Amino acid sequence: MNRQDEYSDLNASFRFSVLEFNALFTSLLEHFEIWAPQRYAARGRFSDADSIGYGPIHSPNEIVFDEKSHFSSKEAVFPVSETMFDLLGDEFVQAEDAQRDILVFARPCDINGIERLDDIFLRNGSVPDPYYQRRRERIRFVLMECAASFENCFCVSMSANRTDNYIAAIRWNSEHVLMRIRDKTLLSLVPDNASPAEFIPEFVEEDREPIGLPNGEKLEAAIRDGSLFEHDMWEEYTARCIACGRCNTHCPTCSCFSMLDIAPEPESGFGRRRRVWAGCHIDGFTNMAGGHAFRKDNGSRMRFKTMHKIHDFNARFGRHMCVGCGRCDDHCPEYIRFAHCIGKVTRLLESGDHE
Amino acid sequence: MNNNNLYRPIRAEILEIRQETASDRTFVLAWNSRPLPGQFFEVSVPRLGEAPVSISAIEDDRIEMTIRKVGRVTDGIFTLGPGDALFLRGPYGNGFPLNRFENKHLVIAAGGTGLAPVRPVIRHFTARRDQLAGLDVLLGFKTPDDILFRDDIEKWKCDASIRVTVDKPADAWSGAVGVITTLVPEVDFRDINETEVIVVGPPLMMKFTVMAFLDRAIPPEHIWVSYERRMSCGVGKCGHCKIHDRYVCLDGPVFNYAEARWLQD
Repeated sequence: MNRQDEYSDLNASFRFSVLEFNALFTSLLEHFEIWAPQRYAARGRFSDADSIGYGPIHSPNEIVFDEKSHFSSKEAVFPVSETMFDLLGDEFVQAEDAQRDILVFARPCDINGIERLDDIFLRNGSVPDPYYQRRRERIRFVLMECAASFENCFCVSMSANRTDNYIAAIRWNSEHVLMRIRDKTLLSLVPDNASPAEFIPEFVEEDREPIGLPNGEKLEAAIRDGSLFEHDMWEEYTARCIACGRCNTHCPTCSCFSMLDIAPEPESGFGRRRRVWAGCHIDGFTNMAGGHAFRKDNGSRMRFKTMHKIHDFNARFGRHMCVGCGRCDDHCPEYIRFAHCIGKVTRLLESGDHE
Repeated sequence: MNNNNLYRPIRAEILEIRQETASDRTFVLAWNSRPLPGQFFEVSVPRLGEAPVSISAIEDDRIEMTIRKVGRVTDGIFTLGPGDALFLRGPYGNGFPLNRFENKHLVIAAGGTGLAPVRPVIRHFTARRDQLAGLDVLLGFKTPDDILFRDDIEKWKCDASIRVTVDKPADAWSGAVGVITTLVPEVDFRDINETEVIVVGPPLMMKFTVMAFLDRAIPPEHIWVSYERRMSCGVGKCGHCKIHDRYVCLDGPVFNYAEARWLQD
């Protein structure tokens, strides 16, 4: 999906006034469905609090530039609930998909996050996931430059602070918009009298609270000899985690789902097969027919998630799953800090206390 | 994508249904390709859902699946009769490495419904008895009423050493009583380096049975286990069956114990 080569010969930067940017946005809408972080008034976690999440937008005024979105851009490619088949009698009728290309306004962590989803949906197993693939092929990114780290961000520690996977990059302030464009369609929409500018997006190069990742070889050894999994550090999370799964749903790289049939009136012969987000912290994730389940205590779920994000995925795909966006820490109702958990594992391995 | 959707199941007609126990039935399905012993299918009942099911027998034009009535999908399957159909995706997973077992002394320990996925292995080698140096089958069930494939077990006695134990005996039971690990010391291992062991069953049974074989000095590299997980997709996407960096649906369900021993939940 990396279109780096395609971009290299096309490269132009402009400075738009807010009015000029609004006009450009209007013409973009003719070519693309546009997804961006937007404010959902009074839909937040507390009374009168807003939620910031991703969805199609129709005006640039809807874009939330100056805050970290609560939910990631993964919904643009991996919907919370997606119909796979209409079930008509014995027929499995594949759900239709839209045709329009999608422009997603996303920060580096979220673009890197979707590349992690690509690893799972397109490259894990011998066949790409067709529902993911057909949406993914329609998606292009507009990089939203981060001026500085937000609270709880640790993308630099996770080497997910940079990306080259975008057809346009944008730096916004209340007076004007700087935009770098690397796509023919986009470039053709820029008016001839647009003001050229020198703009190359910058990336955050320092975390507010850098975290040290565990040494890979020591971690693998501590997993294999059982000392890490049996360590009492996980008991804290059994005591604190309430298995609400917010860390899973806010995470840009959590890709798990369950396939479920719905049929309000099964005898009518009509129903749907859907897939819906699932999460390793949530009760029932490992339940098998007959009642057996794995990881019943929440501490072992925290351990399972941690290992996937900073070890297991890397062992399979050669890069860490966690992109350090910090949303799990932003939204945990028990104030559990995933970044601290990683740090604890690192210190444990360095001190040798697990042995 | 319309003709190439890996999630689209294929109709499989039910040819015959055999009642194995009060809660287990074997469904004989028309199927024209041969999966490998140890592989599994995702089985659909449209509008009720999908569940992973192992294959309990493999023929040229049919397969068998032995299913326990334990939930929404299997409740639906149990309402079906011959002439009705199940909808299958697969086969998925790696299956047992039969060629690794050739000319070896093969010891199979199966607990309860764990016998279903290894039944094709036993049938394969009892039909080709000259390909093995020896065949021992250890079977553990909760009660005599839970014994699966009784006719097969009688037939296998001609070509294999069969030991059956139950946790709780009934009045007419004259066989062994106790958990399956009590059978392991009875096995005569002629040469542990020429022995291959398969252990399949519920998680605790597998854990302790593997330990019993390790106690008999069987090297981990000669022990094979088959893991059961709640696989939703079967094709490495849904994440439910991940352990460590492995996916049971892709890299398993059969694992060599040298690898499986550090695949901890």
